[in-house]
Amino acid sequence: MAVLLKINGKSQAVDAAEGTPLLWVLRDHLGMTGTKFGCGIAQCGACTVHVDGQPIRSCITAHEDVEGTDIVTIEGLSSRQAAVIQAAWEAIDVPQCGYCQSGQIMSAVNLLANNANPSDGDIDDAMSGNICRCASYMRIRQAIKDAAKKL
Amino acid sequence: MFLDLANKNLTQAAKPKHIPILFKPTRRHVLGGLGGLTIGLSLAACQSKTKSESPKALAEFPDNSGLEEGPGLFISIAEDGRIQIRSPRSEMGQHALTSVAQMIADELDVEWDMVELAQAIGHPKYGDQNTDGSTTVRNNMIHFRRAGASMRHMLEQAAANEWGVDKSECSSELGVIRHGSGKKISYGEIAKAAAALDIPSEEDVVIKDRKDWRYIGQSMPSVTVPKIVRGEGIFGIDVRLPNMLNAVIARPPTVWGKVKSFNPDDALAIAGVVKVLELPAPQGDAIGFQQVGGIAIVAKDTWAAIQGREALQVEWDAGPNETYNSDEYAAALTEAVNKPGDVKLRRGDVSSQLAQASKMVSADYYAAHLSQSPMEPPAATAKWDGDKVECWACTQAPQAARRTVAQVCGVPEENVTINVTWLGGGFGRKSKADFVVEAALIAREMGQAVKVTWTREDDLKHGYFHAVSAQHMEAALDENGQTTAWLHRSAFPSINSTFAAGVDQGSEFELSLGATDAPVAAPNMQVEIGKAEAHLRIGWLRSVANVYHHFAVGSFADELAHAAGRDSKDYLIELIGSDRNWDPTTDGAIYPNYGRSLEEYPIDTARLKAVIEKAAEMAGWGRDLPQGRGMGISAHRSFLSYVATCVEVDVDDEGRITIPNVWVALDAGTVVNPRHTKAQMEGGTLFGISNALYGEITAKDGVVQQTNFPDWRVMRMREAPRAMEVHIMESDAPPGGVGEPGTPPAAPAIANAIFAATGKRFRRMPILGQSDHLNLTGEG
Ligand code: FES
Ligand code: FES
Repeated sequence: MAVLLKINGKSQAVDAAEGTPLLWVLRDHLGMTGTKFGCGIAQCGACTVHVDGQPIRSCITAHEDVEGTDIVTIEGLSSRQAAVIQAAWEAIDVPQCGYCQSGQIMSAVNLLANNANPSDGDIDDAMSGNICRCASYMRIRQAIKDAAKKL
Repeated sequence: MFLDLANKNLTQAAKPKHIPILFKPTRRHVLGGLGGLTIGLSLAACQSKTKSESPKALAEFPDNSGLEEGPGLFISIAEDGRIQIRSPRSEMGQHALTSVAQMIADELDVEWDMVELAQAIGHPKYGDQNTDGSTTVRNNMIHFRRAGASMRHMLEQAAANEWGVDKSECSSELGVIRHGSGKKISYGEIAKAAAALDIPSEEDVVIKDRKDWRYIGQSMPSVTVPKIVRGEGIFGIDVRLPNMLNAVIARPPTVWGKVKSFNPDDALAIAGVVKVLELPAPQGDAIGFQQVGGIAIVAKDTWAAIQGREALQVEWDAGPNETYNSDEYAAALTEAVNKPGDVKLRRGDVSSQLAQASKMVSADYYAAHLSQSPMEPPAATAKWDGDKVECWACTQAPQAARRTVAQVCGVPEENVTINVTWLGGGFGRKSKADFVVEAALIAREMGQAVKVTWTREDDLKHGYFHAVSAQHMEAALDENGQTTAWLHRSAFPSINSTFAAGVDQGSEFELSLGATDAPVAAPNMQVEIGKAEAHLRIGWLRSVANVYHHFAVGSFADELAHAAGRDSKDYLIELIGSDRNWDPTTDGAIYPNYGRSLEEYPIDTARLKAVIEKAAEMAGWGRDLPQGRGMGISAHRSFLSYVATCVEVDVDDEGRITIPNVWVALDAGTVVNPRHTKAQMEGGTLFGISNALYGEITAKDGVVQQTNFPDWRVMRMREAPRAMEVHIMESDAPPGGVGEPGTPPAAPAIANAIFAATGKRFRRMPILGQSDHLNLTGEG
């Protein structure tokens, strides 16, 4: 049974087995590889996307469960927060290998959408679900603060 | 580098590396093509037809396809003046593409915006492509610079010919050649004429004076980051080909384990699963980079393959390693280092000094197996066309992948093309080609393109693990507290065990990473190696044996300071002693020096002490700290660079640690990109702290017990230091490595800081493991 998903503003019919996580629908069925696989069990945050404005781990979210929602992936970020965050990331070259960074940015965009001036503790809470094995944490924290100042 | 060294017999000293000649000045290495210029050098080759990815409106780069033999294509200029650089080095977060571009663009003298980067395929004609051992800049800077300078030379010569003037009257400036008369011509316009010239000989090429550098030494922005922040980078796991199938593999739980029996029916019943097939078992008596065997589940999408594997019924023969229990092994290693081993460095007479010392100090250290666990797990795609195979992989070592695929599949190397994608981290894991071999084997069986994806569980259970180790240290102190004798005994399963049968002790090469190179001034010093067989695939991880050796050396130095009642930093400086260039071979050690000569890259104690003083100064070493806080320091030379790390920890009443501050001083000689070098120090330091606090892979009955990130713990944002400052020492010295040297001093620095804060010495890595509280009562 095809499921209709609205991704980055566009409706797409998906014919995947029931229970297939959104992550693999995005990557394997729709060819949207910006959303990454890191653990498959909601531990690393690499697969973070927004569903109705909330960050979720797409690796544990069955695609049929998000039918009728607004799904935004890294490829579809278009808010002002997002642009400022991407610019802040570029300004100090936050990413090293970059593999975790789609997820980091999705989490950071959500943080700043809800909290214009996050404290270190707020950043810890919002970002500790996103592992960066390159350990770019110093710069992620810095870039979030830089972006907050601009917003 | 490790690959090469690991493949050699390391009982012989590594000879200084032969540096390939840059150019053979023959016409064949220059191609005019569509009016542009392409230059080839011995680092460089490209057999595949490559088209610029740029929009059609832009000029084409010269067609590379005519070049089958000899040095190949490396830098191309299009008619509109754009430059394409094909990097032979893999990009895995060290911003290698950006550094390579800086070195070439500087000498070529072009606008930064005109440079485009592409990735070279794996081919021996590119020289050393093994992106390992922190070598991209330190071993290749001169090659990249000469390549750019040679091209500039040819463009100037072509302009001079055109104008009928002497070349000495022409000069370049950012993509334009000018003559004193006011004439000028752009690189794009003169490129075709330049392509008709011979490549100049090395002596004729003038490289820039350091003071004239425009990009080298500057924090040029990364060329990959703009894509990364938009999710556009293509990593190995992102490769998609038409009609591609997706596979995961059920691998034998133990090394050299085998499939006893399996029933594919339940797996095939999963929607989307198209085939279940058994992979060949590894051959010979060394596992090397071969596939480990097992059952592949091939499906339409990755999820179906994962579900198919869950459903698969398979029974395993555990094989020879089923007795491996890391707890018992830890006890055996500690026992091994508590009796005399094979002496690998000897100066003076350690035993008699220890016997008669006014004070004797000894300590045992232990460090668990670690996993590299790059954020992108291994992934590779392969597609056969007759007896030729093309692979796409996140590999650090594309030539090793090519060689191994050819060997295992029984085809000539020429039939194997390895396309290198971006790497979502490497840390040594992706130097090993097993995952590329798997993709090639399955794709051949399927007759269509197949991508093999490793799940995180696969990555943790079937890795090439960093060696577990035990270290025994003893020292004699005289009545003034000075160290007069130093004994270091080490035991760990060797990387060589992965490449040869019967290896039962660590190599001189591994000892040279942190043990035989410890610049201890004591008149008596001895380094010994104990027995240790391997029961997992042992591989290298960021900074390799330096991790455990320097954990012991750096912690023990601090223990001696306390035993002598001295300040830790001052004592460390004294332990290192006078300013000198130290050569461990004079004490009988085999010392490869990271593949370079000691004349060019000495072990310079003055530089080591200078970074210690700098880090201490940045930290305000010696200042009063609030209750519960402590500072620790350590310093080490590795990969030809010197790093001192000072860590401040805060430990609360319940033993919870936070890290308010870290200071790092780095002397890496000449630095190409300070911003990215600092990023490597940040990442390398945090990687080291993560290992020290949390990193532990264990095995029971030969099976690795960790499954995913909850039980394989790595540092997260809330555990990262609150502040960190990195200082790069000004230096004209030849470039050292930067990807790895940040890691070794981090572990002892944090252990020393915890001691300063709590009075408790932790001699076992990981210090915390799964706990959030230091064990302040039991044995460290
Ligand atoms: S892949 Fe979803 S949280 Fe790791
Ligand atoms: S940048 Fe490499 S994992 Fe985060």
